[in-house]
Amino acid sequence: MSLIRVENLSLDIHGTPILRDVSFEIPQGKVFGLVGESGSGKSMTSLALMKLLPEGGDRSGRAVMDGRDLFALDEDTMCGIRGNEIGMIFQEPMTALNPVQTIGDQVAEALIIHGAATRREALTLAREKLDRVGLDGARFPLDRYPHELSGGQRQRVCIAMAVALRPRLLIADEPTTALDVTTQAQILDLLRGLVDEEGMSLLLITHDLAVVAGVADHVAVMQHGRIVEQGTTEALFRTRAHDYTQRLFAASAHRPEREPTVEDEVLLEVDSVRRSYALPRRSLFGPTPVLEAVRGVSFTLRRGESLGLVGESGCGKSTLTRAILGLEKVQGGSIRLYGREPISPTMPNPLRAGLQVVFQDPYGSFNPRWKVSRLVSEPFHLMPQTPADARDRINEALTEVGLTPADADKYIHEFSGGQRQRIAIARALINRPDLIVLDEAVSALDVRVRAQILDLLARLQESHQLGYLFISHDLHVVRAITDRVMVMKSGEIVEAGETETVFANPQHPYTRELIAATPVIPADWTEGKTHETLV
Amino acid sequence: MLRFALQRLVSLTISLIVASMVIFFVIEVIPGDPAAYMLGMNAQPETIAALRRDLGLDQALFTRYLGWIGGMLTGDFGTSYTYRVPVSELVLARMGVSLPLTVYALVLSTLIAFPVGLIAAARRGSGLDAGIMGATQLGIAVPNFWFAMLLVLFFSITLQWFSAGGFPGWDRGFWVNIKALTLPAVALALPQASILARVMRSAVIETLGQDYIRTARAKGLSARQTVVRHALRNALIPVLTIIGLQFSFLLAGGIIIENVFFLPGLGRLIFQAITQRDLIVVESVVMLLVFAVILVTFLVDLAYAAADPRLRRRA
Amino acid sequence: MKRLPMTLIAGAALTGVFALAALISMVWTPYSVEGMNIAARLQAPGAAHWFGTDHFGRDILSMIMVGARTSIAVAVIAVGMGMVLGVPLGLLAAANRGGLIDEVIMRGNDLVFAFPALVIAILITAVFGPSAVNAIIAIGIFNTPVFARVTRGGALSLWTLDYIRAAEVAGKGKVRISVEHILPNIANLLIVQGTIQFSLGILAEAALSYVGLGAQPPLPSWGRMLAEAQTMISFAPHMAIIPGFAIVLTVLGLNLMGDGLRDILDPKLRRAR
Repeated sequence: MSLIRVENLSLDIHGTPILRDVSFEIPQGKVFGLVGESGSGKSMTSLALMKLLPEGGDRSGRAVMDGRDLFALDEDTMCGIRGNEIGMIFQEPMTALNPVQTIGDQVAEALIIHGAATRREALTLAREKLDRVGLDGARFPLDRYPHELSGGQRQRVCIAMAVALRPRLLIADEPTTALDVTTQAQILDLLRGLVDEEGMSLLLITHDLAVVAGVADHVAVMQHGRIVEQGTTEALFRTRAHDYTQRLFAASAHRPEREPTVEDEVLLEVDSVRRSYALPRRSLFGPTPVLEAVRGVSFTLRRGESLGLVGESGCGKSTLTRAILGLEKVQGGSIRLYGREPISPTMPNPLRAGLQVVFQDPYGSFNPRWKVSRLVSEPFHLMPQTPADARDRINEALTEVGLTPADADKYIHEFSGGQRQRIAIARALINRPDLIVLDEAVSALDVRVRAQILDLLARLQESHQLGYLFISHDLHVVRAITDRVMVMKSGEIVEAGETETVFANPQHPYTRELIAATPVIPADWTEGKTHETLV
Repeated sequence: MLRFALQRLVSLTISLIVASMVIFFVIEVIPGDPAAYMLGMNAQPETIAALRRDLGLDQALFTRYLGWIGGMLTGDFGTSYTYRVPVSELVLARMGVSLPLTVYALVLSTLIAFPVGLIAAARRGSGLDAGIMGATQLGIAVPNFWFAMLLVLFFSITLQWFSAGGFPGWDRGFWVNIKALTLPAVALALPQASILARVMRSAVIETLGQDYIRTARAKGLSARQTVVRHALRNALIPVLTIIGLQFSFLLAGGIIIENVFFLPGLGRLIFQAITQRDLIVVESVVMLLVFAVILVTFLVDLAYAAADPRLRRRA
Repeated sequence: MKRLPMTLIAGAALTGVFALAALISMVWTPYSVEGMNIAARLQAPGAAHWFGTDHFGRDILSMIMVGARTSIAVAVIAVGMGMVLGVPLGLLAAANRGGLIDEVIMRGNDLVFAFPALVIAILITAVFGPSAVNAIIAIGIFNTPVFARVTRGGALSLWTLDYIRAAEVAGKGKVRISVEHILPNIANLLIVQGTIQFSLGILAEAALSYVGLGAQPPLPSWGRMLAEAQTMISFAPHMAIIPGFAIVLTVLGLNLMGDGLRDILDPKLRRAR
């Protein structure tokens, strides 16, 4: 039996079409997955259901729940439904809670506002709900403030708040996208558990097909504001009737074709590197606490090799990366380029030219006031003088990454995220380096763009015999593009080895935990459809 | 919280010490010989020598500085050269006018600005909002002392509701003095209220765009409840900073506006002292003003921490 | 290209009128501002003297024009001084964020903030005597921490961006990055703040001259005109009202211009995605 039925939902915002004839039904007590790439309209669909659209929205269609059309209800009635019959949680737990209110008050407010409890009762219930979402009273008393909690813990508070009144529908908009993979697994478990125990329905919005495969009973695939295909999860995953669904699947399972030839020459040698930071003192006269971000890391990277570094946030990989780029001093051990030249903040410029980097954020990686030619050629600063054939080299670099020489005279805002990442790669290539650090370089990209960039990286590695240090939290990607992989936790490399060996037969418990937590599409669902399944 | 307060207290003390050094340096070192400077060009060498002894100028610089600071800490601000009375007496009497005026204006400014800013934010884009924004834009542009003159022209000279100036003194009762301070306080408060209302408006609007406001709406709060229960307290944090800054503007503004209303406050004292080159009075009053500003900054910091739990770290 | 906002046009026009008056006053004024003409004293606005005359029979329009020159000169130089001192300090603090230099600069800033412009002017005047130059120095010192703080704030958010990391990887030092990457990207911020400080400078100059700490006779200034008008306000209100309007309109013009500039220059609105 369906809990809510959306019929022909269309939406324009300030005249721009956002949604077109979106229709679906969410059955009682089931998980309904809505998947699509960024900009496909999946978040707007959920905000439309809550009637919390931004200003300038023009909506048509119906959303029927219990015989009532939600879209026809007035604002007062909707306030009675929000948080009571329909709960919602959002993507970014770090900012989703009021920073100046305790978590207890914020959960209790959901109960008080709907007149379901007095303040005293509400606080008791809030305690129960927080216990239910895994925040026990001993470690998480009601008077904690949001800034004292981690992202995953805050998301649990949001869930407690959203389910405090046992709503019949919970809308979760990318609830785990901002979280680490092990935390993601726990939150997904929690959500699934709530659905099973309380008979609640869940509208799960995500870009991640594997997440949907693991959790959802029904799936709808969105593209350009339309639902292109929907059905029960397994059937849809097995058949993939629509062309877009097929392409999405192919891209998310994509592995670039690589034929690595690893040479003996050492490009990077990291030897027992240590780095710690002083933390703010806890008491006035106590000792200064120290955060040991990197605790004795050693590894070697050879010419033509692609080495992966995986770990969750806070594991020390960012600090290590900064040290390898020569932006940060280390307190112990050494980092050597070509196995002999020490890397440090004071290293000579010509040496730096051998080592370049591509960052994660395609939007923050470029000075918006510079033209592409100047952006791409910035590393010429490392040379004693600008090469005479600078323009040719800019053109060559742009061509190599799939752009055209004409792009050199444009500004960065004229490019899409994927194109920007190509420009970042061109910038890294311009000095013909030997080693490129790829710091979450494809993490911000949609799956199809990501697949293209991975292909490009594989091709460039082969043609230039580059060494890659590929830093990522995404196990799929690391498995697709690296020869060897290192797993980092609490400042240490806990496991390292041939990528396939590590993934197929992980030794360290943490590696196993990571791999187990990573959502997968069951292997038999994709048999005979794509080349192979990842992870 | 206690730790935070202690930390701020330490930084308050350091600020005071450095500020006192700067003032001491400017007043007592830059002129070369303060005694000769105070007496002017035609002074007899004997008179200068006598004053030098009086001021203790024959002592080492550092000893003089410590003497000055030590004196102030025990309430001894020295003796005014022109009035021949202890500076502390002079200052105390004048503070009885300047401080109430500043506080009066600050209260008025806040009472006006909060509702006005809130209404403008709540009705963003409406005609009312546009009207408020226009009026405050004008309010910011008006010099307070000129506004004070207009108030005198209209309320004292034309309507004769208020006397054009003067101050009866606190021994004459509370309300007559409040009445005497009303026009000056209004003149000071309206331009500042314009600034504060605009800050309030943009702070509320900014807060309303935050993710947690969306969370609150998803919980079932109405737009109005969201403003009252979530936006207001968060918006208060930037507003507090401005209120702190306004104190120093109002204190300085009060000193200027005393001229318009013939109020016997610190302003009159200090401007006379400047013309008469009574450096002792100037030094003490300036130190007092700076002390007031630093103290208010400290209080604002504490209020900040009370409003924002992120600032007070759990020990 | 976007259409220019109305506030910018109105503000620029208003400011332009006074800037023009100041420029013209350098070569011509309707009457001399130094000559007294007791016979023509305290005339209300009329055909011969559009804005009337003061108690010495001087033409108020001419004095307003010359006063505009004083006000604008003082405010512009004080803003320039604040920028020249404050912006490098802010850049330096941001480049060394969290470090000792940052701490020293910020604490120094707080200290200067504890001295309102008026107090600085009092200190300077007590020792050097009153003059327009001292007013400039007082307002300039007051402006310095404002610009340092705005610069640091804007720069700090830029220092977290990956293009700064890329520049570091390209071997560029803090100074070079501050000049090549940070400064151009906070220029908008500084222009807007500059306009605001300009208008505050006009107000501060008027206040200082009003209490006798700024421009001295015979240099005409709006603040001093108001001080002189005060005792005559009941029988010659035009002497007080007209200079006041000159101040209000100039400041209003500058503030409107600032708002308009913010609208077209604000990086949040410009951010192309």
